[in-house]
Amino acid sequence: MARLNVNPTRMELKKLKARLSTAVRGHKLLKDKSDEMVRRFTVVLREAKRLREEVEKELGEVLKQFYIARSVTPAFEAETAFALPTASVEANCEIQSVMGVEVPKITLSTEKRAVGLPYAFSEITGEADYSVQKASDLLPKMVELAQTEKTVRMLAEEIERNKRRVNALEYVMIPQLEETIKYIKDKLDENERASIVRLMKVKSKA
Amino acid sequence: MTGKTAIVGSGDGITVFKVSGVATFPVSDEKKAREILRKIAKEYQVIFLTEELAKPLTEFLKRFDEEPYPVILTIPSGEGESGYGMQMLKNAMERALGVDILFHND
Repeated sequence: MARLNVNPTRMELKKLKARLSTAVRGHKLLKDKSDEMVRRFTVVLREAKRLREEVEKELGEVLKQFYIARSVTPAFEAETAFALPTASVEANCEIQSVMGVEVPKITLSTEKRAVGLPYAFSEITGEADYSVQKASDLLPKMVELAQTEKTVRMLAEEIERNKRRVNALEYVMIPQLEETIKYIKDKLDENERASIVRLMKVKSKA
Repeated sequence: MTGKTAIVGSGDGITVFKVSGVATFPVSDEKKAREILRKIAKEYQVIFLTEELAKPLTEFLKRFDEEPYPVILTIPSGEGESGYGMQMLKNAMERALGVDILFHND
């Protein structure tokens, strides 16, 4: 490990010692942060997996029903039939902090959801009713999944970044500082010995 | 802050969500999807994107992970799920932990 390029003086030694103690403390803190983030990550990850499985299954059903509806209705005009939404979804978007990572927190406001369907029953078969109803019911879950997956991705990113920081401190910064401190100490001791020897020589001649 | 939701997908399967108040953006290919996403990223906070469009745009979608919003979720399309979403979860897990704690296959 290469040592830092500094002058071997007492001043530098003092400075480096302070830096080393900061680095060691920072390393410990970051490592603790990393541990806690990994713990939270596993919780969120499990949640995301469960939600995704559910959403994928249910969404598959919704779309299947919808396609059936489309195929059994003559002259099915999805665009015109669904042109008028019965509800407007309002997502309340906030930001929450998970271990210093800012992740989205979304809550759907359901007040505006109207009952009933946007089209006349004569226009479209019953299969469509089912899929439309199911889609509306599924929406909160989809939004929850969106939020959870985003959290997973952002946390993963942060954990990776944090790990790199911990490793940089542990394997580069701290060894480098330790080696430089040792070098300066050796150098100073050497100087001291040299001056003692010099003094002894001067004394013996006199 | 109130946000709006949108869905970007191919085919008219996505129109089913229009009734629930989700803005729909039908697109034909990934190039169009990229354009639309760029345009609506500021306006909509929650965007659903069907898998077959998300797959070629994986790299493009990564840039949205820098900020909390917009949240982009890939959903299976009418052809059924292809495991893309699970794969993305798996990737995130492997990046963060380095080990497989959930899926236990391969």
